[in-house]
Amino acid sequence: MSQSIQASTLITVVLAPLVGSLLAGIWGTQLGGGGLGRRWAHSLTILGVLVSFVLSALTLQDVVVDGARFNESIYTWMQIGELKMEIGFMVDGLTAMMMCVVTFVSLMVHIYTIGYMEEDEGYNRFFAYISLFTFAMLMLVMSNNMLQLFFGWEAVGLVSYLLIGFWFNKPSAVFANMKAFLVNRVGDFGFILGIGLVAAYAGTLNYTEAFAKADQLAALTLPGTDWMLVTVICICLFIGAMGKSAQFPLHVWLPDSMEGPTPISALIHAATMVTAGIFMVARMSPLFELSDTALNLMLSVGAITALFMGFVGIVQNDIKRVVAYSTLSQLGYMTVALGASAYSVAVFHLMTHAFFKALLFLAAGSVIMGVHHNQDIRYMGGLRKYMPITWLTSLLGSLALIGTPLFSGFYSKDSIIEAVAASHLPAAPWAYVAVLAGVFVTAFYSFRMYFLVFHGKPRFDQDPHAHHGETHTHTPHESPWVVTLPLVLLAIPSVLIGYFTIDFMLFGDFFKDAIYVNSALHPAMKALQDMFHSPMAMAEHALTTMPLMLALAGVLLAFYMYMIHPSVPAFIQRHVKPIHSLLVNKYFLDDFNEKILARGTRMLATGLWKGGDQGVIDGFVVNGSWRIVGKVSMLVRRLQTGFLYHYALLMILGMFGLITWFVWLKP
Amino acid sequence: MNITLGHYLTLGAVLFALSVIGIFLNRKNLIVLLMAIELMLLAVNTNFVAFSHYLGDMHGQVFVFFILTVAAAESAIGLAILVLLFRNRYSVNVDELNSLKG
Repeated sequence: MSQSIQASTLITVVLAPLVGSLLAGIWGTQLGGGGLGRRWAHSLTILGVLVSFVLSALTLQDVVVDGARFNESIYTWMQIGELKMEIGFMVDGLTAMMMCVVTFVSLMVHIYTIGYMEEDEGYNRFFAYISLFTFAMLMLVMSNNMLQLFFGWEAVGLVSYLLIGFWFNKPSAVFANMKAFLVNRVGDFGFILGIGLVAAYAGTLNYTEAFAKADQLAALTLPGTDWMLVTVICICLFIGAMGKSAQFPLHVWLPDSMEGPTPISALIHAATMVTAGIFMVARMSPLFELSDTALNLMLSVGAITALFMGFVGIVQNDIKRVVAYSTLSQLGYMTVALGASAYSVAVFHLMTHAFFKALLFLAAGSVIMGVHHNQDIRYMGGLRKYMPITWLTSLLGSLALIGTPLFSGFYSKDSIIEAVAASHLPAAPWAYVAVLAGVFVTAFYSFRMYFLVFHGKPRFDQDPHAHHGETHTHTPHESPWVVTLPLVLLAIPSVLIGYFTIDFMLFGDFFKDAIYVNSALHPAMKALQDMFHSPMAMAEHALTTMPLMLALAGVLLAFYMYMIHPSVPAFIQRHVKPIHSLLVNKYFLDDFNEKILARGTRMLATGLWKGGDQGVIDGFVVNGSWRIVGKVSMLVRRLQTGFLYHYALLMILGMFGLITWFVWLKP
Repeated sequence: MNITLGHYLTLGAVLFALSVIGIFLNRKNLIVLLMAIELMLLAVNTNFVAFSHYLGDMHGQVFVFFILTVAAAESAIGLAILVLLFRNRYSVNVDELNSLKG
């Protein structure tokens, strides 16, 4: 282990955003008297994240250039028997890359927020939250043990909850944050069970120590069953990932999380937090490699999410929700890649996706600002003329998303498709079909949105919900520089990063000691490596393959349906009404959850409350005992008449009884 | 007729039984109750004296004086309580004195 990375550097990376957050959150809000103005709040938090980003970039440089690694526990929180609970950092390729992605996107979002939240009263509170989020996410990715991972995991969930409900006097936002919190609890329950099983059987929470015992774990079965222990652990951990990374059927919270402010949707619900599940599975690859069942499950769940959430994206009219469903679908792609044992490809897609999806979300936010807080794409159109920078960056983001050759999304997504094709697992063939079909769907909904927003006839004066009198005076306008600068800075990696890093990240030794693949059993990565020659050759080769054709077909269909014959969608909608209503209602999953699960739980809880709590405990145990005592006392008190002669009689009778016993009956 | 120990003891038992019956047949006056208690003590005293004479041991008769003293003190206190009770409740009727009831 090289010691060129200092522990103090890593501590600074983590704590700088926390300090910024505390300053802005305590002295910038009513909590600490509001002494810190807006300018101070955003300067301090941005400074914190900037420090963090610069140090992360230097760390990445150390890792890449010198091959430096860091894996040490810094502080022992407590020790229970043999089980140590520590705080420590583990820095390798995977961590260093995640640190840079998180801090970079976070920095962009911080800057963007200055413009986006300008008129909001909760300005300082918002900065405090996003800095706190950055701290929590860094704790998550830099951890060297599962306990700290879980801490970061829950902390990002908490901040996500706070931010979805940022506008807490909006009932739909409060509903959405409650929903996100509850759905995440389901996933976290599985996650903590998985961690508990590891702690119970490996006897340690430290990654390195636990992975060293992976082979011993593989030989065990869960007591009382013949299930492989490793499979149970992996499925439990994956349930956690399903909750956080919004995989079917725990994806329902993510579209609703769009109730929060747009910068949050970009930072938390697209670029970083939702990818925590993907990161976690990649980090745990030595365990997942041992369980084909878990890999098959991931392939299936990811494929369902990738394809079917894409379908829902087609019928959404809210600009943010289209992007949200696109995020779901892309997270599905990452999960499919994990299932195919192509962990590095999944993480590669995570990185490229973080850039172009954050870009798309921030661009969507810029559009929303430009058209005065209307989010319905049916009432936009023709914004290209009014918002040139937003338009250009959105176009680049969309091209990256659909996988245009040479763009970053192309390299990651094509690699995923190739990896699935090369996988030998039973679920792989149909997952391959799903991800391939997903390419077409992605292209279609992305460009449907793009055309509706930026091209065609301007329709922003037709919005029936707009405030009357205002609509005609305001034309859309380009956003201020604090908003467009992050767009431009994100657009650059969205376009370029895939081309320059694919060779190094997928086929170099960047992830060598972070990700473990059993290539004898799961040959997907090896097959990819055999096929790969250079980024340019890959792009040229793609011109003749299926995914590009499908993407092109999707774009052309969107162009035809929304630019040439705008009556076609309505026509289709009329003729396949059942399918349309299925999609608009999101496969009725929300209804199922609300009507059956939520209501059923409430009924069960009401039953337990009325029957168990009020009936048995309160009624029988608590009130019953005093009632019985009371009843017995009512009978016994008749003996106490209060008349002296009754007492005297009883005393004498008792005395006679005793004397009788003593004199005659005593043995 | 020669008076034997049995006669004395019978007298004591009869006196004791009378006083016991007096305690719980008496529904009227608390003073009668006190008198019944005194009678009970006298029955005991009779037994003491009888046994003392029969055994030729003077210790029994010494006890009688103690019991008489205690009985006198007890009735003095009892009567004082009775006076106070009458001042408060204007009655010494046993049937009305049932505030000990649970």
